[in-house]
Amino acid sequence: MTLLITVFAALTSSIIWYKNTNRNLNLGFLSLMFWGAALMWFVDSIFEYLEDPALVFSPAAGDMLNDAYLGLCVVALGLIIWFVSLLIRDPLGKFKKN
Amino acid sequence: MACFVVPATEAVVTTIINKHIKKNEKKAEKENSQNGIKENDKIRFSEKLSWLNKMLWGGSALLAFEHLWHGEIVPFFPFFTAASDKASLVTMFKEMATVGVSMAVLVTAVWGVMVAVSSAIERKSKLREDNN
Repeated sequence: MTLLITVFAALTSSIIWYKNTNRNLNLGFLSLMFWGAALMWFVDSIFEYLEDPALVFSPAAGDMLNDAYLGLCVVALGLIIWFVSLLIRDPLGKFKKN
Repeated sequence: MACFVVPATEAVVTTIINKHIKKNEKKAEKENSQNGIKENDKIRFSEKLSWLNKMLWGGSALLAFEHLWHGEIVPFFPFFTAASDKASLVTMFKEMATVGVSMAVLVTAVWGVMVAVSSAIERKSKLREDNN
């Protein structure tokens, strides 16, 4: 579930990056961050599948809910990291002295 | 357990390499402008390497959060709960060597494909420009 949510976050941020001509928002960083995490979780899932296929395709309801909650928290953390990096870079010069 | 440590280590190495490449590119750019050589509009290699950096750093940070969520890392020494006894430590290193290395390899391979595709696009657009 975490992998699935991260893949959706990566796809959404990539589409927004592609459609948005304003490169100041640094959306490329956001999408690359989610893609990196999605690829890593994909590898994790493969190893999990090799160990016990049932864990990947038919998880317990409680585990799935916990994974979904984790996925949402991961997306929130990714957005926070991106936003903080945007504030530090300050591409529009909002925090610079006149 | 600690699989994210491998891509995070790769991220440290690629960040250092990227800083060095950026420095050299700036130097070359300065020399070219002094000699009146026109810069081409190709994407710099440092820019391409930064894609890998972003994937590795971002992915490692989010995976570290997942490990924190599952109680596999703690904010005090030795930071990894698996490091508390020898048997778990062996399992942790085994996981780093298998899962961690595979993660780093896959992310790097995907980045390699991205670089190859962008280079092909650049070549194609240059050919089109030359033909016009």
